[in-house]
Amino acid sequence: MSATTAPETPAPAKVPAVNRLGLAQAVYKGSPSTLCTGCGHDSITNQIIKAMFELDVEPHHVAKLSGIGCSSKTTAYFLGQSHGFNSVHGRMAAVATGVNLANSNLMAIGVSGDGDTASIGLGQFLHMVRRNVQICYIIENNGVYGLTKGQFSATADKGSLQKKGDSNEMFPIDCCALAIEMGCEFVARSFSGDYKQLCTLLKAGLSHRGTAMIDVVSPCITFNNHEGSTKSYKFAKDHEEALHEIGFVSSHEPITAEYEEGTTTKIELPDGAHIILKKLHRDYDPSDKANALELLAKARDERLFLTGLLYMGKGQAPMVEQKNLVDEPLATLPQSRVRPSPEVLAQVMESLK
Amino acid sequence: MESISNIKRIHWIYQLKIVKLILLSHNGKKPMSSSTLNQPEVAATGKKGSVVNDIVIQIATSNGSGSQSANNILLRSIFNMGVPVSGKNLFPSNIQGLPTWFTIRASKDGWTGARREIDVLIAMNVESVVDDIRDLRPGGMLILNSELKQYLTRTDVKAHIVPFNELVVQCCPEVKLRKLVTNMIYVGVAGFLLSMDIEEIKKSIDKQFKTKPKVADLNRNAVTVGYNWASEHLVNDHDYVIERDHKTEGKILIEGNMATALGALYGGVTVVAWYPITPSSSVCENLIELLRHYRHDPDGKATYAVLQAEDEIASIGFVVGAGWTGARAMTATSGPGISLMSEFAGLSYFAEIPAVIVDVQRMGPSTGLPTRTCQGDIMKAYYLSHGDCKHIVLIPGSVQECYEFAMESLNLAERFQTLVLMLSDLDLGMNNWMSDPFKPPTKDMDRGKVLTAEDLDKVKQFGRYADVDGDGIPYRTLPGTKHPKAAFFTRGTGHTAAATYSEKAEDWKVNMDRLAKKFATARGMVPAPVIEHQGKGDVGIIAYGSSDVAVKESLSQMKAEKGLEATYLRIRALPTCDAIRDFITSKRVTYLVEQNRDAQMASILRAEYPELAAKLVSVLHYDGMPIEARTISDHILKFEKKA
Repeated sequence: MSATTAPETPAPAKVPAVNRLGLAQAVYKGSPSTLCTGCGHDSITNQIIKAMFELDVEPHHVAKLSGIGCSSKTTAYFLGQSHGFNSVHGRMAAVATGVNLANSNLMAIGVSGDGDTASIGLGQFLHMVRRNVQICYIIENNGVYGLTKGQFSATADKGSLQKKGDSNEMFPIDCCALAIEMGCEFVARSFSGDYKQLCTLLKAGLSHRGTAMIDVVSPCITFNNHEGSTKSYKFAKDHEEALHEIGFVSSHEPITAEYEEGTTTKIELPDGAHIILKKLHRDYDPSDKANALELLAKARDERLFLTGLLYMGKGQAPMVEQKNLVDEPLATLPQSRVRPSPEVLAQVMESLK
Repeated sequence: MESISNIKRIHWIYQLKIVKLILLSHNGKKPMSSSTLNQPEVAATGKKGSVVNDIVIQIATSNGSGSQSANNILLRSIFNMGVPVSGKNLFPSNIQGLPTWFTIRASKDGWTGARREIDVLIAMNVESVVDDIRDLRPGGMLILNSELKQYLTRTDVKAHIVPFNELVVQCCPEVKLRKLVTNMIYVGVAGFLLSMDIEEIKKSIDKQFKTKPKVADLNRNAVTVGYNWASEHLVNDHDYVIERDHKTEGKILIEGNMATALGALYGGVTVVAWYPITPSSSVCENLIELLRHYRHDPDGKATYAVLQAEDEIASIGFVVGAGWTGARAMTATSGPGISLMSEFAGLSYFAEIPAVIVDVQRMGPSTGLPTRTCQGDIMKAYYLSHGDCKHIVLIPGSVQECYEFAMESLNLAERFQTLVLMLSDLDLGMNNWMSDPFKPPTKDMDRGKVLTAEDLDKVKQFGRYADVDGDGIPYRTLPGTKHPKAAFFTRGTGHTAAATYSEKAEDWKVNMDRLAKKFATARGMVPAPVIEHQGKGDVGIIAYGSSDVAVKESLSQMKAEKGLEATYLRIRALPTCDAIRDFITSKRVTYLVEQNRDAQMASILRAEYPELAAKLVSVLHYDGMPIEARTISDHILKFEKKA
C-alpha cells in the first residue's frame, strides 16, 4: 500500500457502448428477475453485470455459484452465457471449493444470503475463508428469510423488529468480523443502494487473489423494510457511513489523478489494477486488522452502518497455490496424465507379495 | 488406577457377553463348540494327529501396545511359506489400553473367511485373559505370558508359560522399547511351536523394516531369543504345524482399503475429498500416499487435489462441485458420513452431477460399533436422500473387486452423470486378504457424454437435460467451454430439458420419467451378478460383498457334511437385473445371506420382484464380527431339515 500526493481521485472515464472484448453490457445480463419489485438484490445483480462488463470478463470464463434462498436465485439473473450452479442451502462454499480445485482458471462468483451464509452455512463459509478459496463471495444481507416469509436470520441486529412486531434479542453474527478472524484478505461491506461504491468494490473483489467477501446490506422490500428494522432502505440510507471514497482503476487505464498526501491511498491488485481510497471523516487504514476488528465491534455496539473496504491483507496463498496444482484444469487432464503406467502397478504388486 | 482398570474390564467383559448372547440366539448354539473342521492328518514335519495348515491363531494384546507389526510378521511368514492365510484385526474404538485381538487363519484349502474356533492362543493381555483362555478350543495350544499364569485354570488345553518380561531384558536394553519388542518374542515362540522356518520369519522382518536396518536388527534378535528360548525350554508336540506349501506363489496380501485406493489411482481420480472416519480413513490415507508417489509431474506439480473437509457434508460438496466442473471426484466415508451426505446425494441424482462415494460400512445405527463390520447401509445407499431417488451401488466381494470397482465407479459416475456408491465394509477394507495380483486396466477411462466447443458447433441446439439418444442420459458441457451454446444453469429445483426453471406438472413428470429411464439403462451396464458355484439341486444362495468367502466355504461344508449342493449367485451391483430374477425363479428356494438385521437386500429384491418374495429366505448375521461359514451352513441345513 502506498500513499502519494494527489488532490482528487480521477473522474470515471466515460464507459463505451462495448467493452474491450467488443461485448455490450446487455451480453452480461441473465434471465429476468422473479424477485419482488424493489428488492435490493436486483440492484446488486445490476452492479454485478456492470462490474463484469467493465472488467472485460469473458462470460464463459465465469462460474456462478449459489446456495438456496432469494439471493441465491439471482445467479440466474446475470451472465446468461456463464455456467451457473444453484446448489444446496448453506453449502455453496463447499461446492465452490470443489469447483476451484477442479478448474482454478475459472473466475468464481458466489452469491449467498444471510440465512444461507450466517445461519445454515456458517461453518462452511468460515472453512472456505480459512482455505482461501479463489472466489468473490457476496452476501446479500437483509436480516430475514424471504422465501419462507420473514423469519429472522442470524444477522438480524439486537433489538430489531420483525414485521409482526417481535424483537430479536440476540446479538447478530457479523460475517465481516468472522471473515477477518479467519484470515480473509479482502473484506468489504456495502449497501445495495450505494451503486457506485458497490460496483467499485465488486470490481476490486473480483480482481482479488483468494477469497474476497462483500457483505451487502440489501433490504427485503416485503418482509423487512418497516419501522424498527435495521435492514430497511430508510435505516440504511440514514445510517450509512462510508469509511472512504473508493475508486477502481483497471490495469489498462492510466492513473491520471494526483494525490494529496495523507488523504489518498493507492493499493495495487495482482492483475495490475488499483484501488484508490480517499479519506472521508475517519482516518481509516484497511490494512490494520486489529483496528478493523475493533471498529466492527464498535459498529455493532453502537449500531453504526459502516461501509467500504474494511480489511485488505496480503501474503496468504490461495488454496490452489497451496496445493501446487498443474497449470491446466484438473477437470480436463487426459488419461495419459492421470493414469500411472502398468509398470507402476507391477511395482506395487511386487511390494505386496 | 486400580478401580479404573476394573471398570474397563467389567465393561469389556459385559460387551463380550452381549456379543455372545446374540450369537447364541442367532445360531442356536455356542459358535466355538462346533468341531467338524480340523480333521487330524499326518504331517511330514509333524506326527500322526497333527493339524497341518488349518489353524486359527489368535493373539490377544492391548490396544496401542504396538503388536500390529509383530502380528503382520507372523501373518506374512505363514504366507511366505506358501500357506493361504488371512488376518483379521479386532480392535476397540480406543487409542490405548483396551483389548485387541488379531486372528490369523491359515487354511490349506484357501478358506480365508472368519472362523470362531481358536486353535492357538497367544495371551498377553490381563484385561481379556480370562475370556480368552475360556474360548480356546479343547485341546488347543496356549502361549501364556508368565505374568498371567494365575489365570490358567483349564486342564484341557496345552499351555506354554513364557517369561516374556525376563526374555525382553536380554534382547532389548532400552526400557522404552521393551513393550514393543516383547511382541516380536511371541512371534519367535509361536514360530517354534508351529514348527515354522525361522529364516522365513527373519525374511519377513527384513521386508517390513527394509528402510530401517536398526529396527530390523532389534526385531530379528527378539524373534531369535523367543525361538531359542522355546526350543530349550518347551516341548513341541507338533499338535499344530505350519508346513511349507506352494499355494501362495505369485499372490499378494492386501487390505481392501488399499485396493480401493489403487483402483481410484488407476481410475484417474483428480479430486479427493474426505473427513476421517473409521473404517474408511485408510482408503484416503493410502490414496494420498499413492498420489504423492505417482501423480506428480516432473516439475513437482500435482495432477490431483486431496482436501480434508470439515465434515462429510463439505466432503460431498467438494465432490459435487468438482464433478460439475468435470473432475473425476470421489470421497470415502462410513455410515454416519452417508447420513450427512444425503442432501447432496439427491442433488447429484436430480441435477445429474457425477460423484463417487466409497462407503466402508461399519456397524450402526448411530455411532454403533465403529470398529465392527456390517452390511447395514445397502438400503440407505440405494435410496439415499429424499423424494424418488435411487443410486447405482457397486458391491465388491473381494479386494480384487475393491480395485476394479473403485475404477469403474468413476467411469459409471461420468457415464450416467450421477452419484455412484461403492459399498465395501470393515472386514473387507481393514483386514488382510490374499489375492492374485491386480492387472492394469484394459479399457480407457469413460468420460461420458461431454460436449466440447467443437461438438457444439455441430449441434443445432444444446438441451442439458434432453434425451437425445433415447437412453435417458443427457449431454453436458463443462464450465469454461468457450461457445455461446455451452452455458446452462444447474439447479436442484424443477427444470425443463433446456435446464430452465419450471414448476409445471408436465415438465416435472417428464424429467422424473427420463431419470427412471436412465436408471433402467444402468441395469445393463453395472457389474453383472456372477454364478460363483453351480450346484446340482434346486437350492439357491444369493450373497454379496464380504460374505463371499464364507458362502463358498459353507457350500463345501454343506456338501461334505450333508450332501447338500446349492448354486450360488453373487450380486455385485444395484440396480438389479433379469439374471437375478431368473435365478430366483429357477430355484425352489433361495437363501439370501446378509450381514444386517433387517434383510435389506431381500427387501430390495422383494420390491423389485414381488412375485418371487416368498421364495427368498434370509440368512442374517449382525453381531459385528465377520460372518463365518458355520453360521450359514447351520441355518441352511436346519431350514432344509438336514441339520
